[in-house]
Amino acid sequence: MKNEDIVICRCSDVTLADLYELFEQGYDNFEELKRIARVGMGPCQGNTCAKMIQWEIAKYFDRPLEACAIKNIRPFTMGVKLQAIKEAAEDED
Amino acid sequence: MVTSECVIVGGGPAGLSAAKELLEAGARVTIIDRNERLGGQLIKQTHMFFGSEKQYASHRGIDILEYLVNDLAPYGDRLEIRTGTTVAAIYQDKVLGCLKDEKYFKIKAESVIIATGASEKALPFENNDLPGVYAAGAVQTLMNEYGIKPGQKVLMVGSGNIGLIVGYQLLQAGIEVKALVEAADRIGGYLVHASKIRRLGVPVLPKTSIKRAIGEDAVEAAEIWSLDENWQGIPGTEKKLDVDTICIAVGLSPLTELLQQTGVRVEYVRELGGNVPLLDEGYRTTVDKVYACGDVANIEEASSAMVEGRITGIHAARDLGHEVENAGFRIKALQHELYDLRGGPPGEKVRQGIKKREVLA
Repeated sequence: MKNEDIVICRCSDVTLADLYELFEQGYDNFEELKRIARVGMGPCQGNTCAKMIQWEIAKYFDRPLEACAIKNIRPFTMGVKLQAIKEAAEDED
Repeated sequence: MVTSECVIVGGGPAGLSAAKELLEAGARVTIIDRNERLGGQLIKQTHMFFGSEKQYASHRGIDILEYLVNDLAPYGDRLEIRTGTTVAAIYQDKVLGCLKDEKYFKIKAESVIIATGASEKALPFENNDLPGVYAAGAVQTLMNEYGIKPGQKVLMVGSGNIGLIVGYQLLQAGIEVKALVEAADRIGGYLVHASKIRRLGVPVLPKTSIKRAIGEDAVEAAEIWSLDENWQGIPGTEKKLDVDTICIAVGLSPLTELLQQTGVRVEYVRELGGNVPLLDEGYRTTVDKVYACGDVANIEEASSAMVEGRITGIHAARDLGHEVENAGFRIKALQHELYDLRGGPPGEKVRQGIKKREVLA
């Protein structure tokens, strides 16, 4: 299988081959992978990649899926322009 | 700031059913949905429902949507519907940050029901980013909502009810379904649906998965292969299929991103599709006056989502101090409906998952 042709994160263009390389370097959880490879930080906010990454972590490091769940979710769920937030704050004043 | 007694996020079968109960009890309700039309997935469900008459069995999803919306009509003065509006954030003081047409505004809610439903799972395989690779929901939207064929020759991946039903709908639209593959050793969805597409000549192949998509700028073919007992592909078993569309229907996962922002406790329960909120019998999460029902709580059918929505609505109304006539009796009856819906082998997984969640709670 050509892991470089298996796309895991469409938003940040991260392939399974990229993921394996990061695993080998010791990045073994979603939070760290997010910071180093920007997975889950694009427009879909992890809705496409997170489950696949959880599965790949479990398989590669031989851990139960439950131990690889993605827990940290923060606002926002989508891109919001600063302009829009500024205008909302002005409306409130 | 705009205020609301109860904000329901998601106007699908669960959210609409919860709204009805709350309105009937006298509450002020705001329904927010990011789509322009209420109904959630019911919009694309052109097939007839199973289950019992109480959940509109033998009616089409798209019609059920009309009944649910019409049910709310008498309460127009206490109901605010905000469609085309996305909740982009929920803060722990129940302030919701919403976005409509690029305009941001906040709503302060006394109680919040999260009925956001689910998202589709993706699948890693070679060239899975080629145009022509679709999620089943997208195919349903194209065909059933917009009347557009996704392609001419399809490989369906996944034999849950969605894969089976969408496979059948593709055939109805005059599209060739070359094969339906399933990684497990048995059909995931109802056998009636599987038999229907088998009778129409579609090979349904268990213990088989997609190995890769083939094509330069778009899908030109697909290669499938048999799986061993560890779900790994067996080299030498590859078969090439002449398709221009690959439809992925490998399950759903609860859309808990907003729920998790409220600070509720979630746990990963694989039988329920992923991270799910811990709930009590009234669909209360671990945060006061935050509720979750429907697919966001456990992946099931729209029928059970409607029943869960009604139970949640009754509890949420009472928690806000509204009186609900015959509440105890009605909740019991609804719980009984859920029990029936989850009976038999198809409901086994969800029964196990819910039991697991109860233990965790």
